[in-house]
Amino acid sequence: MATSAVSRSGRETRDSVVIRFAGDSGDGMQVTGSQFTLETALAGSDFSTFPDFPAEIRAPTGTTFGVSAFQIHFGGTDVMTPGDAVDVLVAMNPAALTVEVSDLKVGGTVIVDTAAFNERNLSKAGYAKNPLEDDSLARYQVLKFDITKLTADAVKPHGLSSREAHLCRNMWALGLLLWMYGHERTATVEWLNRKFAKKPVIAAANIAALNAGHAFGETAEMTEHMVGYVVPKATVQAGRYRTVSGTEGLAWGLVAGLRAAGIEKMVFAGYPITPASALLHTLANLRAYGVITFQAEDEIAASGAALGASYAGALGVTSSSGPGIALKTEMLGLAIATELPLIVIDSQRAGPSTGMPTKAEQSDLFQAVHGRNADAPLAVLAPASTADCFDIAIEAVRLATKYMTPVIVLSDGYLAHAAEPWRIPREADLPRFPVTYRTDPEGFHPFLRDAETLARPWVRPGTPQLEHRIGGLERDYDSGHISYDPDNHARMTKARADKIAGIANDIPLQHVSLGDDRGKLAVVGWGSTFGAIHQAVKIARDEGNDVAHIHVRYLSPFPRNLGELLKRYDRVLVPEMNNGQLVKLLRAEYLVDAEGFSKVTGKPFRVTDIVQRIRGGAPPPSEGSGLGGEAG
Amino acid sequence: MTVTTITDAQLAPKDYASDQEVRWCPGCGDYAILKAVQKACADLGLVRERTVFVSGIGCAARFPYYMSTYGFHTVHGRAPAIATGIKLANPELDVWVLTGDGDGLSIGGNHMLHVLRRNVDLNIILFNNEIYGLTKGQYSPTSRRGTRSPSTPLGSIENPVSACAFALGAGARFVARSIDTLQAHLIATLKRAHTHRGASFVEILQNCVVFNDAVFEHITGKEVAPDAQVLAEHGKPLLFGKNKEKGLRLKPGTLALEIVAATAGDVLVHDETNRPLAQLLAALEPPFPAAMGVLYCSPAASYERDVYAQQAVPKGNSDLDALLNSERTWEVVP
Repeated sequence: MATSAVSRSGRETRDSVVIRFAGDSGDGMQVTGSQFTLETALAGSDFSTFPDFPAEIRAPTGTTFGVSAFQIHFGGTDVMTPGDAVDVLVAMNPAALTVEVSDLKVGGTVIVDTAAFNERNLSKAGYAKNPLEDDSLARYQVLKFDITKLTADAVKPHGLSSREAHLCRNMWALGLLLWMYGHERTATVEWLNRKFAKKPVIAAANIAALNAGHAFGETAEMTEHMVGYVVPKATVQAGRYRTVSGTEGLAWGLVAGLRAAGIEKMVFAGYPITPASALLHTLANLRAYGVITFQAEDEIAASGAALGASYAGALGVTSSSGPGIALKTEMLGLAIATELPLIVIDSQRAGPSTGMPTKAEQSDLFQAVHGRNADAPLAVLAPASTADCFDIAIEAVRLATKYMTPVIVLSDGYLAHAAEPWRIPREADLPRFPVTYRTDPEGFHPFLRDAETLARPWVRPGTPQLEHRIGGLERDYDSGHISYDPDNHARMTKARADKIAGIANDIPLQHVSLGDDRGKLAVVGWGSTFGAIHQAVKIARDEGNDVAHIHVRYLSPFPRNLGELLKRYDRVLVPEMNNGQLVKLLRAEYLVDAEGFSKVTGKPFRVTDIVQRIRGGAPPPSEGSGLGGEAG
Repeated sequence: MTVTTITDAQLAPKDYASDQEVRWCPGCGDYAILKAVQKACADLGLVRERTVFVSGIGCAARFPYYMSTYGFHTVHGRAPAIATGIKLANPELDVWVLTGDGDGLSIGGNHMLHVLRRNVDLNIILFNNEIYGLTKGQYSPTSRRGTRSPSTPLGSIENPVSACAFALGAGARFVARSIDTLQAHLIATLKRAHTHRGASFVEILQNCVVFNDAVFEHITGKEVAPDAQVLAEHGKPLLFGKNKEKGLRLKPGTLALEIVAATAGDVLVHDETNRPLAQLLAALEPPFPAAMGVLYCSPAASYERDVYAQQAVPKGNSDLDALLNSERTWEVVP
């Protein structure tokens, strides 16, 4: 908590706060976090969230690997990351405490449910002694409440079973935290009434628990350590806002792109995989917007069905995570060879192979840019934030249809689930780029190229007199017929490369997100690391360092001024959540002496990791930076 | 679907041929299949621009290049997936899938299973020559035990899959078998398959003159054919032999077929809606005759039809601004 002052209301002021809710995966921590986020948004703060849940659906209760956590960072100014260190930890059981306490600031607050610290739970969490009864938590302010009993008392009039009453504990904790930060409960009450519309007793009990937690803070039962806080509102651009996750941003952006292109239907074909499935689920409810979703038998079929749909004139979209993208590789080759639009969303996760399905990484950049047989170029984009997911998805549709090419969008497991406030655009203000299907038989062949874009015509089967055959075999530049002619293959290879390279003339020039367009150090990032890099560069600049932040959203092709821009800095530092991939692309493309800075822990960069590196120090040891920090 | 009833001019079989030179080996059974498909197209009066031939990889997969319709030569085994996407995008298109025993039952076996199970309205034609031709003669998933090939110099020790039994097992609702050289029967079978709504699966025994010549001779040879083939026709007794002197019946007390004299009273009458009977017929091996014709036909709603039925209700609000403003929003005033 950055600064402190006592307001007239008796509440202390905080510039920004980081709260982490942690408990068993069945304790409802994600719901608690989401509702706290909503109330925070409605209170006018800026925020960034980070849900961190286990791969196991329902791990055995009380175990450390079953701990599910939700972190929110909120405040008045420039909240761009979920926060490095935690101010307030809500630990619903000993396992949550032991897993999460190391991220708590010295002097930070822990709120625990004492009833959960029984012998059985302590032993499952690996505690030999109860940490609430020794001095092991002496560095923190520990607020011990029997949340189980307080919740049971609150819901008693509603006649719930003890199991049902136990499930209301998270609402009690939420009520207390809402009181601590002076937030309203209205939206949560509305949400509970909606969610349990068919079970009014459950709704009423949860609301009772919520209110009891809030009243607990308000009344004499407070301890000396427990005070209320005020967090200022953020000063942001005027407009209508909502919270948006990366998944929502991508789904809605695809729909917006579909409409901007004037295409009647989108066929979204996917196969269940963490953390990409949420996109399939979201789009499955958007039938009214021309979206047809198809759960295929495997990743290969998903990409095939999407490509078939594009061939037939719809917008074909497929989505997966790293291991699934690997299976789609062959179909991407066919899409490149037949020059059809195809959008591939990759929610990257830690690997190789199955890796860590719920943990984010940025390690599919090489796979996206180069991971195919033969010379097979395509366009690659990466959103910088959850809000940017919407714009990037629209841009993917524009490029795929204008250039008749597959486009890979590199999201990741963090962006997929994280949420931020988002200024809602109006459709009337969005770009429009209507596609034209070829209908004129005069002089037609399927690989005639547009002089400017080098794209071939898009012809819908069903169009009279344009019947033609396409496929994966090399084709003649001038007729589109199968050709094994050596010179023709060289010409076609070049045409495919030139087409993608030409996209560089149709995308914005690379701009500098923060700092000067020349100087001592440029910190160059891509994807979900935007917030951490931005904050770090800001801090370093405030300390007097000559440093700038450049964030690359177009990864293939790069913006055409990128090389020239990078050469204006003495040093280029590339923080990435991989073992050094963008850094190698930049070095190969521009012969710049860029330095890598890797973090491969499955967790996002902390601001301090990057600040220390800018200052010239090693990152703090507690988290490490992964191997290959000097990768070049 | 209405497309098949619309004819512009009456097209001849040659009007369905593209201007490309056909490049199969001289004497390949694929020529006869191409001819039969073009004749079936003409007889059905298919509209070329609404017809799409989709294939995977292999000798059979070159097929689309030789048709004057729309065509998509895709990747190995994946034609059913691509064809599914085409039907999802435009259910009005008349989509055919051409595949082989390696393409459809080995590398693409999974896709074949699911496209049949879903009952996507496709005409699926599987050319079975029991060998990999384009890669120069390796044994395939339909090759019989003992097949000697470059990759099985001591003879294959794998058990072959029966294409029709596989299709039935996958839940196909139209399963038929014919032979490249049986032109009239083949054309009639293709036309039946085309009129069927939902996935129709036709296995064609096809001779590979170069790598597996005469592999079906024991079924197709002039001398042996009458005894080695039984023609399944709905409502007619399952008789075979030069003078139709033999018949098939259920062996009493079992779930197996046996060969009896045609005069025996209880020769089975083919019922193409009877799935267990179709499974018995599909699996027949010597000394039984091979079953030809429509083994099974029992139509049900096709996948893409049901998809579009769900798309239609409830249509709901399609206002993008309403979508973006759904759930809680808040206003920040200047």
